Amino acid sequence: MQQNNTEKQINVSYAMTETNEKKISAMEDTGSHAIDMDSLIDRHDKLNLDTESICIEVRDFNLYYGDKQALKDINFRIPEKRVTAFIGPSGCGKSTLLRSFNRMNDLIDIVRTEGVINIYGEGIFDKSVNVAELRRRVGMVFQKPNPFPKSIYENVAYGLRIQGVNDRRTLDSAVEKSLRGAALWDEVKDRLNDNGLGLSGGQAQRLVIARAIAIEPEILLLDEPCSALDPISTLKIEELIYELKNEYTIVIVTHNMQQAARVSDYTAYMYLGELIEFNDTSTLFTNPREKMTEDYITGRYG
Amino acid sequence: MRMSLKKWHGSGEPYIWLNAGAVSLCIIMVSGLLFLIAARGLGHFWPTTVYQFSYADVSDNRISLVGEIAETESVTRKQVGTADPLAAADEAFEIRHLIKTGNRDHVGLDFRWVLAEDMGPLTTPPDIVVIERREWGNFYGYLRGLQIDGNEAAVKGDLWQALQGKIEDSVAVFDEIRHIEKDLIGSINYSMEKIRLRQRGLEMSGELNSENLQQLDRERAGLQEEYEGYTRKLTDLYTTLNKVALIAELSNGKTIEIPLAKVVRAYRPNSMNLLQKTGFYFEKLWEFVSDDPREANTEGGIFPAIFGTVMMVMVMAVIVTPFGVVAAVYLREYATQGPVTRLIRIAVNNLAGVPSVVYGVFGLGFFVYFLGGSIDQMFYAEALPTPTFGTPGLLWASLTLAILTVPVVIVATEEGLSRVPRAIREGSLALGATKAETLWKTVLPMTASAMMTGLILAVARAAGEVAPLMLVGVVKLAPSLPLDGNFPFLHMDRKFMHLGFHIYDVGFQSPNVEAARPLVYATALLLVLIIIALNLTAIRIRNSLREKYRAAEQH
Repeated sequence: MQQNNTEKQINVSYAMTETNEKKISAMEDTGSHAIDMDSLIDRHDKLNLDTESICIEVRDFNLYYGDKQALKDINFRIPEKRVTAFIGPSGCGKSTLLRSFNRMNDLIDIVRTEGVINIYGEGIFDKSVNVAELRRRVGMVFQKPNPFPKSIYENVAYGLRIQGVNDRRTLDSAVEKSLRGAALWDEVKDRLNDNGLGLSGGQAQRLVIARAIAIEPEILLLDEPCSALDPISTLKIEELIYELKNEYTIVIVTHNMQQAARVSDYTAYMYLGELIEFNDTSTLFTNPREKMTEDYITGRYG
Repeated sequence: MRMSLKKWHGSGEPYIWLNAGAVSLCIIMVSGLLFLIAARGLGHFWPTTVYQFSYADVSDNRISLVGEIAETESVTRKQVGTADPLAAADEAFEIRHLIKTGNRDHVGLDFRWVLAEDMGPLTTPPDIVVIERREWGNFYGYLRGLQIDGNEAAVKGDLWQALQGKIEDSVAVFDEIRHIEKDLIGSINYSMEKIRLRQRGLEMSGELNSENLQQLDRERAGLQEEYEGYTRKLTDLYTTLNKVALIAELSNGKTIEIPLAKVVRAYRPNSMNLLQKTGFYFEKLWEFVSDDPREANTEGGIFPAIFGTVMMVMVMAVIVTPFGVVAAVYLREYATQGPVTRLIRIAVNNLAGVPSVVYGVFGLGFFVYFLGGSIDQMFYAEALPTPTFGTPGLLWASLTLAILTVPVVIVATEEGLSRVPRAIREGSLALGATKAETLWKTVLPMTASAMMTGLILAVARAAGEVAPLMLVGVVKLAPSLPLDGNFPFLHMDRKFMHLGFHIYDVGFQSPNVEAARPLVYATALLLVLIIIALNLTAIRIRNSLREKYRAAEQH
């Protein structure tokens, strides 16, 4: 994998700016074990969960696939307008937990939940909650870019049209704003009517992010958004996340610990359906409370 | 280098040969079929040479004949029945010709077998005339003169040219008569019937009083006046039409008169050059696809049958698509997957295997008698006892074929729905779309190509179906097309003609089998061409849809 990325980097490096080049080489240099601790401490030393305003609150949350329990007794709070990362080995329930926040798990017939998830104090599993409305407030970007087989413009306008917005000028400005917000505008402004399927992986993922932010959600859930992308696209998405956290509460699932360390303010480590540790990212990476967390982030896991 | 049989077998080569062989066999069969019906059907319209010859009949009288050679075969003497008792070999072969002599009204038969042995020398006089008539089939003979008002007319210049001019005039008059009778008077009759039904309706609801009766009578009088105007015009036209006749001589020297009113066209095949023959050929071909049938469907065109077939398939497509799609969407997207849905799926698949005539019986019993009968009771009570919808018609035929083909559409649509990636559905739901919105805006457009595939299969099956149609709406000769200028324009209650049934009817129910046979092939060819055309249209639409969504399915 590493080798692969290096090759790609060589192929495209001539086109990159110097700063980007530095960042990329930083990404490559920090091997799978080493994390740029100095910058972490530097960046996160002022964070304290107790002083943050809380966006999502999870209390005694259990989730079952049929008889199999996938999430066990999860309790934690996600702060507003911060980036919160979920890390952990495959199958530990990170994505399942993320998909609970917009009730995407409802689509699977055998899923059953217990406990409470509150968004700004309102329980999302309450009977009175309109799921479509909830999903409008809690946007989601998936692992693989999944643009609709429609034009770029219609992809971005999709959510608004669902809400009944059909005024051309409103749509035009919303599309432009969202595409600018997703740092895609300059690349596609001349071909808004082209099919969204014609974009490259990284562009498609940013299109999907644009599509999600077009309906101005409060929370943005990112489910391993970079796992199918090359390093340059990954870098662009990460920069984008850094921009977006000014306006949105972002929850990101990632397999890549460097990525979690780079982009997130808070990190949760999960293992086998349990939330092992949740803390601000610098503390979690530099001074983990649990032995398990330390083993995982230093690569001694598995 | 020699290869052992075992090795050759193991190399997989025999299977390649086997598969290639099977494929070529299929191609040969299909192209052979098309070639046969094309050759037999299309040759019919070519103006063949007309021969004059004499032959000796059983009692050794010389009989002079004029006609086309329609067929030639070799048969044993024994079979012919002229076995010479002295000849040892009864199995010796004889050549015999089937001669199309026409002139059915004068000779009785228009086809006869003649042994080549008995025939004198064949000659091809250039002035032999073939006259296509509206009754009694073709005339073969010689043109002798023109007759106007019963007196032989002196013709200045070329008699043939004069005849062609007269025929042109009379055909124009004939077309006008037909237009008046069929369209204008037809629409008056239609309005008259409407008035009668209105009166009957008022009578039945007890609202008939002198005031609205007078109103109806006034309308009726208006129509009557219009009608009388047309009849006067018709009488005039008929008088002009019947004025002119041509005098012709039969091969046996007898002279007859043929009124020009009965003549469609006259031509001299023996003096036509290749270009003229080609022109004539295409003229006949055009007549075949664009004209109404004549002479119990054995002459003229088959336009009403083409129209009826296409119309029925289209109405069926309009009915079957929404039904099939809605059913498939429910089965795949909303119904809980379990034993019940599985059972329904099995039932749907088996429905496709039910013999089509069973659907015909069902259509007759349920649609025509029950549904149609009830509709008549409720909405067309004033027309009873004449049924409006309670009798076979276009609507019921289309509906019957729709239930015949709905399983195909359901299966194809379900297949398409299952191919829409989960990621696309989730993407839409995650944007706050409800399930219905997701279906409507994203999933169904992506399934469109699969629906078209289902529709293609449905159309292919429906267009070729004959058996159920005989029970629910197809007739040998429909008086009017299901689409015309009278409100409400599309008459779903009317009976219609159908190419498949036309083939059966002309081929097996015709009074003149020999004359009709080429038309059977031509009609079959046309049916195949129409199905191909309908399918190609659908396939093109499908391919453009598929192109649009292909990339999404690869994601």
